[in-house]
Amino acid sequence: MSFLKKLMVTAAFSAAIFVNAAYAENVKIALVVKSLGNGFFDAANKGAEEAAKELGDVDIIYTGPTKATAEAQIEVINSLIAQKVNAIAISANDADALVPALKKAMDRGITVISWDSGVAPEGRQLHLNPSDTNLIGETIIKLAADYLPEGGDVAILSASSTATNQNAWIEAAKKVLPEKFPKINLVATVYGDDDSAKSTDEAKGLLKSYPNLKAIIAPTTVGVVAAAQVVTDQGLIGKVNVTGLALPSEFKKFIDNGASQAVALWNPIDLGYSAVYLAHDLAVKKEEAKPGATLSIGRVGKVTLDDTNSAAMAPPFKFDKSNIEEFSKIY
Amino acid sequence: MKAFLKYREVWLLAAIVVLIGLISMRFPGFANPANLRQVFNDTSILMILALGQMVVILTRSIDLSMASNLCFTGMVVAMLNAAHPAIPIPLLIVVALLVGLVLGAINGLLVWRLNIPSIVVTLGTLTIYRGATFVISGGAWVNADQMSPDFIGLQRAAFLGIPVLSWIAILVIALFFLLMTRTALGRSIYAIGVNPTASIYAGIDVGRTKFIVFCISGMAAGLCGYLWISRYVIASVEVANGYELNIIAACVIGGISIAGGIGSVGGAVLGALFLGIISNALPVINISPFWQMAISGSAIILAVVLNARGERRQGRIILKKAEAA
Repeated sequence: MSFLKKLMVTAAFSAAIFVNAAYAENVKIALVVKSLGNGFFDAANKGAEEAAKELGDVDIIYTGPTKATAEAQIEVINSLIAQKVNAIAISANDADALVPALKKAMDRGITVISWDSGVAPEGRQLHLNPSDTNLIGETIIKLAADYLPEGGDVAILSASSTATNQNAWIEAAKKVLPEKFPKINLVATVYGDDDSAKSTDEAKGLLKSYPNLKAIIAPTTVGVVAAAQVVTDQGLIGKVNVTGLALPSEFKKFIDNGASQAVALWNPIDLGYSAVYLAHDLAVKKEEAKPGATLSIGRVGKVTLDDTNSAAMAPPFKFDKSNIEEFSKIY
Repeated sequence: MKAFLKYREVWLLAAIVVLIGLISMRFPGFANPANLRQVFNDTSILMILALGQMVVILTRSIDLSMASNLCFTGMVVAMLNAAHPAIPIPLLIVVALLVGLVLGAINGLLVWRLNIPSIVVTLGTLTIYRGATFVISGGAWVNADQMSPDFIGLQRAAFLGIPVLSWIAILVIALFFLLMTRTALGRSIYAIGVNPTASIYAGIDVGRTKFIVFCISGMAAGLCGYLWISRYVIASVEVANGYELNIIAACVIGGISIAGGIGSVGGAVLGALFLGIISNALPVINISPFWQMAISGSAIILAVVLNARGERRQGRIILKKAEAA
């Protein structure tokens, strides 16, 4: 795996070098993702390319490891440093493990920002949250509660038990439960590790352990598909509602067949677009990332940094029967 | 020898019954027939893969590339189905078998013709096949929405109250049973594992037989490629990443000796079932996710230790009288 990964990264960079030999003045912004071959990140890359076209003087290097681990991302970062890119915009597999490598990058004058899944503050200049953590936490519960006027038991099927973003959302969700959704009873949180087979086992386990379960909330694109397929297979459509965060193109089938009433997600295209804009703001316009600063993210608008230099893009967007068809064609 | 093998499987079966008993204490519904049928169905893919791996291990080889082969073949059939939904599913299954066969044959040829140790060959192809999946798909996923209803529905259709997936597993088990106990090839496979040198003198073409076992494991992986994708309804480069270790673990738990020559169809099936029961049960008995991996790992080591004790071969004393004198 490692050899192939190096080969691909090398190939990507050699390509980048040749391109940059011709347009030496262009700014190189590396969009580093958790793992390649993930529909969500491919969509983010689409947005990044769009931003690059608008900005004119930017070349995007879309890269990442083939396996979603911090070790593999460190290798990618080190190669980017060697290639002297101007900015790195990363969605991290681990908040702390990447800090030393990213610090090294910043010492060499490379602009470092994180987006989607964050890096600890000392390892980046700013972080772009796809949405506000509390808002996501509330949304995933609301998606279930909206279709449960009588209330009932719900369970969460998450990604890995150490995933930075999922854990923050679940924490936020638990916080709003008692006051805003008193009738919703969260009975369990299980972890499917963003692996189809394990998520399937865990979803089946939930249905066995909690026969009165009314909804499964999966705030991860892999888990939500696995859970919806299990509900479909076991003939529980209409009894158990699957909801959470899902890519419309992957999830359309389950909105259509009724296994799910609605899911939500932010727009990954806008996310990649905004990440590139922010990297460009810092690297080229030399704007400073400090608490309270307001930065432009092109057509998406403006963001304001909070005291940890984090900003939130937009509230999650809801997909249901009325609009899934349209959005499944986009991402 | 045969009585001894049966003895081992009886023990494994007993361990499985005890395991189900223990789980039932914490989760009463586990032992009911409907649930056990579901566990069997959930384990079908692992059983087929373990049987494919078994014939390879019996000849003192190993196939590390099965999960990558599965991933590649699964992507091929998923992309075919997405692009041409009109292709009938039985034909797609034949395609899956053929693609798997070709990938297995590449392993087999390298082992046979170039005489490279199988662990090295398949370690290489493990990476190559997964990389090739990336190349043919461009990293894109094939989603549930792009697959035809038949593609997804076939294995879920019930025949005599049992899903087709389970029937496929039963059919494969029967085929492997016939292969291992009723054919000359089956006997050659055992013979090579027990003593390759003696097999050559007995007129068995060791290289060719190894080539054939890799073709068999490749076909098993190819078939599972289709079954896996239509089961989890998503084809990506991450499919079954790291699953080769589960396959080998199932074989080892099933009493198939990594040193070759010892093992049976029943053992491989029970070994897979053992793992299947654990992965099915852990989520329902309310154990912290942090402990789950440690528990599956301990079960594997425990099973291997027990098997290794039974397997330890005593040196044979051929001149008893001389020793006594």
